Amino acid sequence: MSHSFCTFELAGELFCVPVEAVQEVIRHHAATPVPLSPPAVRGLINLRGQIVVVVDLARLLGIDTARSDAEPPNIVVHTSDGPLSLEVDDIGDVLDVDPEAIEAPPPTMPSALRRLTRGVCKLEGRLMILLDVDRTLERVGSDRPPPADPLRPAPAVA
Amino acid sequence: MSEQDDLARELVAEVREQLDPLDADLMTLEASPQGPSASAAIARVFRTIHSLKGTCGFLGFARLEALTHVGESLLMLLRDGERVPTPARVDALLQLVDAVRGFLDRIEATGGEGEEGCDALRSRLEALAELDPAVDARAAGAADAASLDADTPAPPTVAASTGAGAAPAPAITPASVDADPGDALPTPVTETTPADRASPPPPSAPPAVAEDGATPLAAARSTIRVDVQLLDTLMNLVSELVLARNQILQNTDRHEKQALTAASQRLNLITTELQAGVMQTRMQPIDQVWSHLPRVVRDIARSRGKLVRVVMEGRETELDKTIIEAIKDPLTHIVRNAVDHGIEDAFDRDVAGKPSSGTLRLRAFHDGGQVIVEVTDDGAGIDLARVREKAVARLGRRPAEVARMSDRELLQLVFEPGFSTAEAVTNVSGRGVGMDVVRTNIERIGGTVDLQSTPGEGTEVRFKIPLTLAIIPALLVNCGAHRFAVPQASLLELVLLDLSDPAAFERVAGAPVYRLRGALLPLVSLAAVLGLEHDDPLAGGTREGVAHIVVVQADEQRFGLVVNDVLDTQEIVVKPLSHHLKGLGCYAGATIMGDGEVALILDNLGLAERAGLTSDVQTAAADEQGPAATDARREGFLLLGVADHTVAVRLPDVARLETFSVTSIERTMDGEVVQYRGDILPLARVDARLGLPRKTAAPGPNVRVVVCRSEHGNVGLVVDTILDVVEEHVESRRTTRRPGLAGSAVLQGRVIDLLDLPALFSLAA
Repeated sequence: MSHSFCTFELAGELFCVPVEAVQEVIRHHAATPVPLSPPAVRGLINLRGQIVVVVDLARLLGIDTARSDAEPPNIVVHTSDGPLSLEVDDIGDVLDVDPEAIEAPPPTMPSALRRLTRGVCKLEGRLMILLDVDRTLERVGSDRPPPADPLRPAPAVA
Repeated sequence: MSEQDDLARELVAEVREQLDPLDADLMTLEASPQGPSASAAIARVFRTIHSLKGTCGFLGFARLEALTHVGESLLMLLRDGERVPTPARVDALLQLVDAVRGFLDRIEATGGEGEEGCDALRSRLEALAELDPAVDARAAGAADAASLDADTPAPPTVAASTGAGAAPAPAITPASVDADPGDALPTPVTETTPADRASPPPPSAPPAVAEDGATPLAAARSTIRVDVQLLDTLMNLVSELVLARNQILQNTDRHEKQALTAASQRLNLITTELQAGVMQTRMQPIDQVWSHLPRVVRDIARSRGKLVRVVMEGRETELDKTIIEAIKDPLTHIVRNAVDHGIEDAFDRDVAGKPSSGTLRLRAFHDGGQVIVEVTDDGAGIDLARVREKAVARLGRRPAEVARMSDRELLQLVFEPGFSTAEAVTNVSGRGVGMDVVRTNIERIGGTVDLQSTPGEGTEVRFKIPLTLAIIPALLVNCGAHRFAVPQASLLELVLLDLSDPAAFERVAGAPVYRLRGALLPLVSLAAVLGLEHDDPLAGGTREGVAHIVVVQADEQRFGLVVNDVLDTQEIVVKPLSHHLKGLGCYAGATIMGDGEVALILDNLGLAERAGLTSDVQTAAADEQGPAATDARREGFLLLGVADHTVAVRLPDVARLETFSVTSIERTMDGEVVQYRGDILPLARVDARLGLPRKTAAPGPNVRVVVCRSEHGNVGLVVDTILDVVEEHVESRRTTRRPGLAGSAVLQGRVIDLLDLPALFSLAA
């Protein structure tokens, strides 16, 4: 019994999330920045009347992406705290993966990324990282900037 | 089977709503068994139990039916005046209500009534229905003569009653929302005016209630049950409609087509009314949550041997349905805590010189787009020393760290997980889970909890609950490239700040302030608080252009929020923020603007806290500028008599007035001192320092001393008499060269010398 996964590219790696976790795939929206928010939070967008947080996934995972596209696509996932929009480099196909072909993340993966990885899917000729959506959400919360001191200049939020 | 299940579920929903008024009715009965509303209360309880019995028989819940049958028999005897509602009987009936609730839970969970038969309660009710000659002797007589009221026994001790008036809830309070199809703005059935509460319900009320309670069919004629989810959907749709309306209005402004403009204006009106109507369907009075609290209080107070009076203010304050649900448990917990730990038993209260019955005050009101709910008790307060101990023992804080904490910070520790100050773990509270859960639950709906406590005087818990689902008017402001919404309810005024004027605003030790009609208004630059330094109009050396001060009231704090530009006022739909962003504390939510963009809604209190305007500081500041705030140019003076002269000191310099015995004055090399409040207070004899001849009259056994604040601590002025306090607008002053005097001014039509305190103290005696 295989599961379907929605795949996407980020910093040259292939990632996926279970299709059930995906609300939709959207093109880039200009987000309203939220001052003082965690650095990985791009801002808020209006998704048909619903306010959705946009997260720079690469930043959250601690990986570098030399993204050429200034308006990257987003993949909107369901979380326990409502929808979350993840900025990715490119959206891929929906793939069916046999659960047998999923292994625990190897301990040598960068730890920031490994903590948010549910498993590694062994595809033919390629490996795919299965993202843990709920941990990703938790990470957004713990990814806090130092408290701003109003008397001292804090790093400006873009 | 599933049809049976559905029926059972409907029964559960219906009966649950009917049970809450029963608590109130039974407690009315307990408070005044012979009172004017007693018979109506019994009748209502009887009818509810009777109809419940019938439904249970129909659905085949034999055990519940048997139980309600026994209760009904007792109630019938009470109703007919053959038995007296003794405390024991009322107590058993209250237990019956609880037992029915237990049945309902089981039916809801499993579809069946379960095996529990409540035999003990049944036999108790049966036993209590027996004629007890000791108490029921007069029952028959009491039934026909109201005049017997005079010699009826005093009502039994009241453990809990609804303070303003123990009148029973005048109407059934359905958990689902009543919608009156005949009215665009339906008013909930439960609305009670304060006047109603103070007096028993009018004679016509009970029959109406009976209709509602006994026959659901009758209720269906004026109200319908609506799934809350459907209301949620409607609310979301209306929010969308409001946004679409805003967009259309924006675009038709420039249109010349008259038909379109007219249509859009109509759309505007209809949307506004629809919005109000849909919002109203979701609103319920907070009494929905409060109504069960007197019962909770009664039970705990009884088991602890305490006397507690419940006072409720603002029961009609309306809240959104979802918020009502969300605050129910936290509120109940706080109330339990207050009765269990806060209020002392009658003996301790007597010792402390308080009335033997404690008071638990519940208060709700709207404030600045938020709802404030306060739970205040007049109990022992929170023992800060014990909080310190627990913080070390249970929370693993370092003693030194705890010792440094302010009272306010210490009280915050109560909300930490694993903290409990109760001496003993009781079955009511004190399990160390609770206050942290209270805070989490309230914060989940975007609210805050605040705790204040005065040892010996009581504790106040204050919930601040936002109207997350509401549509509120807001002022849109710009800060750099960012657009924010300020809820209009907290807005006091707008002030234009001309930055090119060097005196536009001032700084006190770096902190910007503005003189608003003479009183200092602390300024908070929105850009600085939010870390947008390059947009801060107050920063930088070049002062040019204009900025705006949005004067807002947050809690008890007033401050000026400095923004770059003020745009417009608009109705905005408050949308809750995701959990992580809510934690920032600066934003009350987000909204979608007419152009489809998202804007953040500012949380003024959060901003004030972030900017360091804590309540402590603010209150102190408000105290100090109290007189100045009323009229900046009026000044207060204390008039003193010194060697036949009258001199004055400025009131803000005066700390206290004291009388010291002459024998308590001690001499040091540096002059006279007294021991005062664990410190050494230097004294200055004003007459000697000013070089005036000492008053000839023999010195008395005491001296009058004005304790003044100075930069080196308190100093005491020894004077002959303390004459008066005057508050005057000082028109003319004269400077003087006489050392020790600041000058003279006309006070009360006389020229009076003003003392120069620093100079006075540097003068040798």
